[in-house]
Amino acid sequence: MNEMKEGQRVKVAHLDELPIQIGKEVIIDNHHIALFRLTSGNVKAIENKCPHKQGPLAQGIVSGEHVFCPLHDWKIDVTTGEVQKPDDGCVKTYPVEVVDNIVFIVI
Amino acid sequence: MTKRKLVLVGNGMAGIRCLEEILNIDPERFDITVFGSEPHPNYNRIMLSSVLQGDTTVDDIVLNSYEWYAENNIQLYTGETVEKIDKDTKQVFTDKGRSVPYDDLILATGSHPFMLPLPGADKDGVIAFRNIEDCETMIDTSKKYERAVVIGGGLLGLEAARGLLNLGMEVDVVHILDYLMERQLDPTASAMLQEELEKQGMNFLMNHHTEAILGKKRVEKVTFKGGKVVKADLVVMAVGIKPNVDVAKASDIETNRGIIVDDYMQTSAPDIYSLGECAEHREMVYGLVAPLWEQAKVLAKQICGVDAENGYQGSILSTKLKVSGVDVFSAGEFNDSQNNKAIRIQDEFEGIYKKVVVRDNRIVGSVLFGDTTEGTKLLNMINNETDISEIGKVNILQSVDQSESIVIDMDDSEIICGCNGVSKGDIVSAIKENGLASIAEVRDCTNASRSCGTCKGLVGDLLEHTLGDEFEVGTEKETVCACTTLTHEEVVAEIRDKGLSHTREVMNVLGWSTPEGCSKCRPAINYYLGMVHPTDYEDEQESRFVNERMHANIQNNGTYSVVPRMYGGVTNAKDLRKIADVADKYNVPLLKVTGGQRIDLLGIKKEDLPSVWADLDMPSGYAYGKTIRTVKTCVGENFCRFGTQDSIGLGIEIEKKFERLNTPHKVKMGVSACPRNCAESGIKDVGIVGVDGAWEIYVGGNGGTDLRAGDLLCRVKTSEEVLEMIAAYLQLYRENARYLERTSHWLERVGLDHVKSVLLEDQDMKEQLVSRMDITLSAIPGDPWKKFIESEKDKEELFQSKALEVTKS
Ligand code: SRM
Ligand SMILES: Cc1cc2nc3c(=O)[nH]c(=O)nc-3n(C[C@H](O)[C@H](O)[C@H](O)COP(=O)(O)OP(=O)(O)OC[C@H]3O[C@@H](n4cnc5c(N)ncnc54)[C@H](O)[C@@H]3O)c2cc1C
Ligand code: SF4
Ligand code: FES
Repeated sequence: MNEMKEGQRVKVAHLDELPIQIGKEVIIDNHHIALFRLTSGNVKAIENKCPHKQGPLAQGIVSGEHVFCPLHDWKIDVTTGEVQKPDDGCVKTYPVEVVDNIVFIVI
Repeated sequence: MTKRKLVLVGNGMAGIRCLEEILNIDPERFDITVFGSEPHPNYNRIMLSSVLQGDTTVDDIVLNSYEWYAENNIQLYTGETVEKIDKDTKQVFTDKGRSVPYDDLILATGSHPFMLPLPGADKDGVIAFRNIEDCETMIDTSKKYERAVVIGGGLLGLEAARGLLNLGMEVDVVHILDYLMERQLDPTASAMLQEELEKQGMNFLMNHHTEAILGKKRVEKVTFKGGKVVKADLVVMAVGIKPNVDVAKASDIETNRGIIVDDYMQTSAPDIYSLGECAEHREMVYGLVAPLWEQAKVLAKQICGVDAENGYQGSILSTKLKVSGVDVFSAGEFNDSQNNKAIRIQDEFEGIYKKVVVRDNRIVGSVLFGDTTEGTKLLNMINNETDISEIGKVNILQSVDQSESIVIDMDDSEIICGCNGVSKGDIVSAIKENGLASIAEVRDCTNASRSCGTCKGLVGDLLEHTLGDEFEVGTEKETVCACTTLTHEEVVAEIRDKGLSHTREVMNVLGWSTPEGCSKCRPAINYYLGMVHPTDYEDEQESRFVNERMHANIQNNGTYSVVPRMYGGVTNAKDLRKIADVADKYNVPLLKVTGGQRIDLLGIKKEDLPSVWADLDMPSGYAYGKTIRTVKTCVGENFCRFGTQDSIGLGIEIEKKFERLNTPHKVKMGVSACPRNCAESGIKDVGIVGVDGAWEIYVGGNGGTDLRAGDLLCRVKTSEEVLEMIAAYLQLYRENARYLERTSHWLERVGLDHVKSVLLEDQDMKEQLVSRMDITLSAIPGDPWKKFIESEKDKEELFQSKALEVTKS
């Protein structure tokens, strides 16, 4: 394993590899990340671990700017990582850059 | 200007609620420090009963997360107890040697559970029921030990006892008097309660005085006056609470039973206030949450220099027992006396008892057992001293239901949900701002009615009042979800009328409040579109729940389970060998025979799914889908000495005909070859029972959450007729049920007579249903596992994770 540097840009996928509204799990060293391509065209990356009971968020239903956890249906904003009411909590978010249809995550 | 320093002692429900009120008024006014003895952020103490009873978890009852404190710049010290206050230098001192200065100080230290000073009360296994640790101790103890004794037959004791029963322990409840919950119930209600709880498995030792707790290090026995001895591995004392005045006493602040406060929650010392269970106001100390909300409001105003008007005037309390299956409500003066007269209704068939106590044309108290829907309304009439001379006395219990709801006249600040302190204003604005349309949505958004549920009626009234005509009384309009005001039926009708053909189109045209819906409406619309357009509609993977998208069942740790088809529960050596080989090759953690007569391979990694399926080379059993699950069969005429028909043959035929059919909810079937019913046909969505020369068809059975025996639909002669009747029945269900409505619930709703009139009396209609079913069946795509195995793209998109390593650059 290589040590990571903060703020590193990692190439993770070509845009075409990401189906719209279906999440993808990306593992970069020990970061488990759920990557989403939204209908709006934006690509978002959040920690692939629901704050409730670690549900794999990449497998959830994606609607608009939110993902619904596949285990107990918590609703999470994929931009801010905030869990929506009445539940509470937040997941880590990762900046995403898309350049020439190549998706990069900054960790 | 520097901010004033505010210190709160006691990180519990009252103190934090007061901080919330203060932050609402003036978030910038104070630098806030909070001390709490417990190692947790503020949680909903009253929900501990639900945690113990297994209805929720400790994580779910946290009211203010650590982030909340951080966001509001509150310095929080948990696991730290304030021991003394120096009123002259204005600082507090803690058990960790810390001292913190204050300008204003709030004492919200709650109560201590009262522990009977019995010999042996200090042994291991003797606890109270007050905090998370107690709850965890009970849960852990139940894993190792069997017998619990709960001392105290009041609210808390009974809730603890119910929890311990749920945890699998044997429970004795010891009570010193002849009847339970004497502080809330009259003897009639109390006797009904005892009978009900005995039915639930509680054992009562009434009129018993505990004498001593025996045992070496840990409790082993409890002895009583008169010589009786019972075994015990755990003793829970729930005999009462006493206000925690420790710090106040140590610091020369005036106390009696509690810390004495005036109408503005001010103690005898300058700039020191108190509220919650530790405070004594007009010689009253309260042991319930309802007074907190009012006290917190008054104190917040007072401390922020806002006019607190008349201050706090005391509260009349109501209580409700939080034990599932038992509805008990009590408020005010409920006992008979010379000046009081009572109205009583007692229905021994239904186990309902209602008593309303009246004095001078005003209701002063009430006890309800078995049906508590009127509870909050009665409490309100008590609080408002409503004159009831206009309402016929005998009609009070009915008429409160029909009369104009009391919510209309309530002030916005009045509390509707006493457990969670949610006011009328909070609920009304949540309804308006978030377009809420059902009690469930209000609960999810505001927490109102989440804990004891007594206020559901009022929440319904508020919805009705706020939404006007859009909300139908009683039959609350059940919309598909919060994204729309339309019901399931309306959505299906619109899809048909307007020829809608795509989920986004449905949401667009029908004015959804969210552009892309949510996890409730998307799968529903996807189903309806497929049902209406069986041959053209292309199923939307992204609108399917994880299980149906992945065609496997997700488990709590993110792995999946795989259940291959085994038609009619019949297998062979070749298939078993393949399953065994796969289990070896992929180190499958658990192989299990399911309740549906087939084999489950549990704990398979997502990435392995496609190759597991390829190696199995068997069709999917759809153990995850809203579709045909299994057709269970019994041995039948070929082997069984009682068999009258070929149940296995028919079961396999049914399963092969209907497999992969999408339905509103899962559908399970069974075929037995005689009325002994070894395939449990009586609790199946469709159950077939062979009798001499005929088949009986039962419908609407369910063996799950709401157990329901199937109803006999009809008797037919041949297996062809069985297949045809099932086709018609399932098509009727597919077209008319709401998404996620099991056949049992649907049948209850529309009635067996309706179904019979269509299927048995209207030959034309039946034939049309059968032909629409045939069209649907002809268009069902092939086995999904096979499709995945053959498509590199699906495999890549759905099942592979990307693992990358980062190299230093
Ligand atoms: C595997 C199995 C238990 C077993 O080991 O025997 C099972 C496992 C699950 N059942 Fe079941 N049920 C299984 C037979 C049953 C039965 C018995 C039967 O089918 O004869 C019932 C009662 C009969 C009935 O449904 O009428 C049953 C009533 C439920 C219910 C309650 C349904 C209801 O309408 O009340 C649920 C919850 C739901 O569907 O919403 C459920 C849900 C579940 C889920 C899928 C929970 C979930 O949503 O994740 C479980 C998946 C566990 C996992 O980790 O993979 N399971 N479940 C059985 C699979 C049968 C099969 O071969 O397909
Ligand atoms: C199992 C259970 C079920 C209940 N059910 C209901 C119900 O259904 N309805 C209802 O109305 N009420 C119910 N109650 C009562 C309700 O929980 C209390 O009335 C309410 O919690 C009181 O709030 P409080 O802030 O005054 O005290 P608490 O919530 O007890 O908070 C006081 C906190 O202060 C801390 N503390 C004390 N002294 C110090 C110190 N010196 N330094 C630092 N921290 C200190 C304590 O550790 C505690 O965390 C129930 C209680 C229990 C235990
Ligand atoms: S009964 Fe069914 S849903 Fe419940 S734990 Fe067992 S398998 Fe899971
Ligand atoms: S793990 Fe995500 S909602 Fe429970």
